[in-house]
Amino acid sequence: MMRFSTLLRHPADWMIGTEVDQCAVITSRIRLARNLKGHSFPGWAKKSERAETMEILRPAVEELAPMKDAFSRELGDLSSLQKQVLVERHLISREHAARNEGSGAVIERRQSFSIMINEEDHLRMQAIRPGLKLKEAYEALSELDSELEEKLDYAFDPSLGYLTTCPTNLGTGLRASAMLHLPGLVLSDQIGQVLQAVNKIGLAVRGLYGEGTESLGNLYQISNQSTLGESEETIISRLERVISQVASHEQNAREKLMEDDPEMVADKIGRAYGVLRHAYLIDSKEALNHLSLLRLGGNLGIFPEETVQLCDALLMDIQQAHLQLHAGMKLSPEQRDSIRAEIMRSRLQSLDSPHNLPTKNDQTDRSPEDGNTK
Amino acid sequence: MKCDYCDKKATVFLTQLAEGQMKKVCLCDGCATERGVTDPTGFSLADMLLGNFQKDIGAKGNAQNKGRSGGSSKECPECGFTFDDLQKVRRFGCGNCYKVFASELNPMLLGMHKGVSHVGKVPEGLMESHYRSQKLEELRSRLDQAVASESYEDAAKLRDEISELDETEVGK
Repeated sequence: MMRFSTLLRHPADWMIGTEVDQCAVITSRIRLARNLKGHSFPGWAKKSERAETMEILRPAVEELAPMKDAFSRELGDLSSLQKQVLVERHLISREHAARNEGSGAVIERRQSFSIMINEEDHLRMQAIRPGLKLKEAYEALSELDSELEEKLDYAFDPSLGYLTTCPTNLGTGLRASAMLHLPGLVLSDQIGQVLQAVNKIGLAVRGLYGEGTESLGNLYQISNQSTLGESEETIISRLERVISQVASHEQNAREKLMEDDPEMVADKIGRAYGVLRHAYLIDSKEALNHLSLLRLGGNLGIFPEETVQLCDALLMDIQQAHLQLHAGMKLSPEQRDSIRAEIMRSRLQSLDSPHNLPTKNDQTDRSPEDGNTK
Repeated sequence: MKCDYCDKKATVFLTQLAEGQMKKVCLCDGCATERGVTDPTGFSLADMLLGNFQKDIGAKGNAQNKGRSGGSSKECPECGFTFDDLQKVRRFGCGNCYKVFASELNPMLLGMHKGVSHVGKVPEGLMESHYRSQKLEELRSRLDQAVASESYEDAAKLRDEISELDETEVGK
């Protein structure tokens, strides 16, 4: 049986995504909700009924080809810290972490698929991919779904589609979403406009780590809201179109900023670098915002390319449960700030300071790292 | 800043654009976890602002602990979920509830989705069995007609077809 530590030892493919052309899109995620016919939905089921559906679903899920040697646990067998780590990695939902016996999580070795058993629905299946890969993620997940459907009797109605606990998921049971990094739109004050436009066409926008337009770390998530009345393909291709538009707005905003006010950008990135390299106490809000700028610096060629991946990995590793797992003990907020700063300093040690940052008087020297990057 | 739901220090700040308006909620760690705010897939700030969410939480607890009392309102014969439960939690008890509460569902669906009937993936097995049961129904009614009009040759053929289809169903 795969151990928790083994699961976490290797970063997921989607965390260290290579060959990502649209640098604003960090990950793509597809979720499908499915339920069994003739069984109460998990929220309404009695304990014994939940145990019964778990008995049916867990072996069926474990038998799936990609789930060979997967990490599979009943939630009661995981500590609350372990569950929290899985939440921070987007492998289980926050609600699911609150569950214990009668619910389960089966996570593929590379963490690109994860299946929650007895969450709000009997099955919540998810596929994550790096970059803008919603179609690929859906196709892969749909294949798993079809394989399961040969063994399981799904609750399905010809006119309502897949029946779900909450009617907001009826029909396809599909939630497609992408996590976007939009510092250019935030710095140029265009973020509000862009997000409102996205919202107007019926897509949901959330600042991933809270606090509104200035969402922490300039991270935003865009997802579909409607699940009924349109096919999976229609939902996904609309979403992909909108997301690539947002990504190209972001690209334009970055280019414009570098043209109009390179000094401001250089100042922000340089300060972020300075703080992260030399801070001894840093809270997660400050860390995320500086990491965002460092990541931007990686995209702009101010830092080497691999800085982007370094930032994405750090984004995960400096969260609360990850820190406690790393330290092997429960931590007070002050201890967390200290360990967070320590991790930052050590991981960024080999990152050279951004000399020759572009300035207004120095427009000719726009690619300072030319010597190092190919 | 204090949590909107209790007096603890707020640590989670959530802003969402809903119908073109910006809405903001401040929560403490406990309330945020309880409400699943940090899970981006299952949360709508609008619901919470409208007070639905708090009701949901209370009602869901109720439904799970003591909601099985039955009562006089409409009830799903398969899982015992009642109309009152539906009013409280805005969710359903099992797949069959969607048949039982079909008339209640329609107004709920208004404005929720782009359409009201499913387009997209259909379980393969269901497609076949759906098709087969339709076909069987059709054959049986033709058999009745054939018998009524005393065309026994046709009736015999139809009978064979029906038993063949029936067998494949049993065999599956």
